[in-house]
Amino acid sequence: MSSNSTITFSRRAFMRTSSLAGGGMLIGFNLFQACKPKAEPPVDLSLLNYNDFNAFIKIADNGAVTIYSPNPEIGQGVKTSMPMIIAEELDVAWKDVYVEQGILDTENYQRQVAGGSQSIRFGWDALRQTGATAKQMLVNAAAARWGVDAAECSVSEGVITNAAGETLGYGDVVNEAALLEVPEEVALKEPKDYKIMGKNATNVDIDKITTGKPLFGLDYKAEGMVYAALVRPPAFGKKLVSYDDSKAKSMPGVIDVVKIGEKVRGLLAEDPSFGSKISSSDKIAVIAETTWQAFKAKEAIEAVWEDDTTVESTEDHDKKLTALLDGNEFNTMRSDGDVKKAFAEADEILERTYESPFLPHNCLEPMNFYADVTDEKVHLVGPIQTPAWKAGLVAKMLGREEKDILLEMTRMGGGFGRRLFGDFVIEAAEVSDAIRKPVKVVFTREDDMGIGVYRPAIKYRIKAGVKDGKITAYHLKEAAINDGMYGLIPNFFPAGAIENYQVDSAAYDSNITTGAWRAPYTNFLASAEQSFFDELAELMEVDKIQMRLDLLDKVDAEADERIQYSPERMKEVIKVAVEKSGWGNKPSHVYQGFVNYYCHNSHVAEVADVEIENGEPVVKKLTCVVDCGIVVNPTGAANQAEGGVIDGVGHSMYGDFTFDGGKGHAQNFDKYRLIRMREVPEVETHFIKNELSPTGLGEPTLPPAGGAIANAFKAATGNRLYQQPFTKNPELLKVPEKEVIG
Amino acid sequence: MPTYQIKVNGASKTVDVAEDTPVLWVLRDHLDLVGTKYGCGIGQCGACTVHVDGTAMRSCSLTLAQVDGKSITTIEGLSEDGSHPVQQAWKEVDVPQCGYCQAGQIMTATAFLENNPNPTEEEVKNAMHGNICRCASYTRIKKAVLTAAENMG
Repeated sequence: MSSNSTITFSRRAFMRTSSLAGGGMLIGFNLFQACKPKAEPPVDLSLLNYNDFNAFIKIADNGAVTIYSPNPEIGQGVKTSMPMIIAEELDVAWKDVYVEQGILDTENYQRQVAGGSQSIRFGWDALRQTGATAKQMLVNAAAARWGVDAAECSVSEGVITNAAGETLGYGDVVNEAALLEVPEEVALKEPKDYKIMGKNATNVDIDKITTGKPLFGLDYKAEGMVYAALVRPPAFGKKLVSYDDSKAKSMPGVIDVVKIGEKVRGLLAEDPSFGSKISSSDKIAVIAETTWQAFKAKEAIEAVWEDDTTVESTEDHDKKLTALLDGNEFNTMRSDGDVKKAFAEADEILERTYESPFLPHNCLEPMNFYADVTDEKVHLVGPIQTPAWKAGLVAKMLGREEKDILLEMTRMGGGFGRRLFGDFVIEAAEVSDAIRKPVKVVFTREDDMGIGVYRPAIKYRIKAGVKDGKITAYHLKEAAINDGMYGLIPNFFPAGAIENYQVDSAAYDSNITTGAWRAPYTNFLASAEQSFFDELAELMEVDKIQMRLDLLDKVDAEADERIQYSPERMKEVIKVAVEKSGWGNKPSHVYQGFVNYYCHNSHVAEVADVEIENGEPVVKKLTCVVDCGIVVNPTGAANQAEGGVIDGVGHSMYGDFTFDGGKGHAQNFDKYRLIRMREVPEVETHFIKNELSPTGLGEPTLPPAGGAIANAFKAATGNRLYQQPFTKNPELLKVPEKEVIG
Repeated sequence: MPTYQIKVNGASKTVDVAEDTPVLWVLRDHLDLVGTKYGCGIGQCGACTVHVDGTAMRSCSLTLAQVDGKSITTIEGLSEDGSHPVQQAWKEVDVPQCGYCQAGQIMTATAFLENNPNPTEEEVKNAMHGNICRCASYTRIKKAVLTAAENMG
């Protein structure tokens, strides 16, 4: 369990300050303790880079504060919330803080990543320490000028006051403060004294977003920039044989047509970290003066493809995954006691299988990236969740030094894991290298959805044994396309609560590209497990909530260091969810479903309310209770929580993606259903108030939603749902006729 | 390539493009008005919504011939300084997550409220159903439209 106690680490190790040539002070620091600074911050702002630090604060001599935020912004709100943490400890007014997206230079880079809901959790100590250290230096400078003890001075909103009532602004003393030693010990605020954290701060990019200013990768333009659209394999498992570009080349605006792929293959041979699953087929890049000309000319390329590896279908995958579940070739990820023996001795056994499909990420901003490869440098600009990793791969692919790569991050039109992958960065660099022009590679929606990266299709089989009214055994088996669950998951609830407990995983190696998708694995596992618990409670004829609480009572998290979740915090979210949702006290036409879950270091409970309309169950409301520790920015947090819940409802209801002959069934939103306004339930979110260190919010409210509605549908229709999306089996979403008449 | 005269945000513009070029790409690539977004290109997601003579339309599916002699308003032209009541409501409610779809959402909402200044919640839901928000900021979009209606009334 995390606590709010400060981790002691040397200020010298992660912070450096310098006087700016134009006046003011620059503070460079590292958000992550793993980073070790090697250089001093520059005195000239034009030399600002992130070689040795990964974030900077500038305090101008007029007192204005600029925070160069390092982490990529994908809609999770860190560009607002991370600077809030600094501003709180620095003790300035939030309205006086200006936030800029930091750029990326790749040497010695680490952890500049948007992913895993970890930005705030990892940044918490360093951001606070930095703000507090800068504040202390400013106070020390004022105290020296007055000739008083710094301990006699107080600060409010950037104004320092001494015991005699004299005042100095931060701007008045910043040039003196920059020359002082970085203090080793500074006091952090008590949460009760927070003035910025815990209060709503509007998204820092709100004005640009609401007036349509250039902000996203697709909006980026540079002098002489041309556009590229790529002809990609029509299906997974195909490779290019030949092509005729004569018609395309005669079309208006078309500048060039080039084949790419050789360099990516070289990179894959040298560094498989990029992904062994990525298509090594050649692609044809159509370069034109405008996006539309490139899109049109792309359609005019006549390409011939042949089968390279097996072209696969959903039917094949279904059989392969079932065979894996039925087989014995598992990787055992956690094993407590002896499940086999416990099942043999059980009075009753419940076993169920749950299925989920591939899912495209469908970021609304299609994948795109700008690259300008010249002899002097490689300039990359665009939306990417893993900038350092991709910049390194580009350097390797082009045989360049990492210091020659300059990567700038734009705001991203959604991430959801898709922009961790970065194939589009590599493509842009290869195209620009081939044509030696600044170029932006733009995916059509069809490229993005139809031949992209997907959440892997997965099946879970869960088996529980009951003896003398107690759950004595629990065995979770996973069969996944390409990659199974990561190592933390087997230690999530109910690990530690059941004596004989085992988690096994097996994977089928497919040529369909798969990757992380918002709340990887748990996005479906939570639904499967929590539906199973409900069914288990029905079998045992016990109260569904009490069964969960009883299991949590058995967990001794202190005794097992693998267990990160807190049974106490889990019980608290359950208790509050019961209370806030009116669990058990609803009118008879409201059917409820319950889920509690832990992932990404946060504890969540959700209750779905379902009502019958025209003979079909309709999700009317979700009550969501979250314990993510201290809530830095309540409006941003509620937005994340609600978005996660609705995303979870939408994908478990409608999200489906099937393959036939290696080709996805949908290429665009005409054949792929995302949740829309009329289908959106009311969401009521409650945050547990405590003073524990903050944890992630980008993902943890999504996984419970599917299970909550599945359990509510069961209450409403009598039907258990074992397959997502739930609309795949419309006959199960009908209320038995006698009840409709009633 | 043919030359077209179009009126965008009150100004006359001359563009020299192929006749099949969608208005979306004319705005983005030729006129540097990148507030109008590309999401799907087939009129399914609403990210490219603009006003044509006050009516919300999908610019990805409009040709220049279809807007000949008509007046186009984009998110950049909705107000000089972001002060339109719908833009203000979007700020007040703090709607965006990633923000990519929001220009299209705002343009749909604005045209809707012009015709229906006092909508019910159901009418708002129906009016906004065609615009996808992949981050699912839907409850705040609905709230912002209702807030704008109230502030405009």
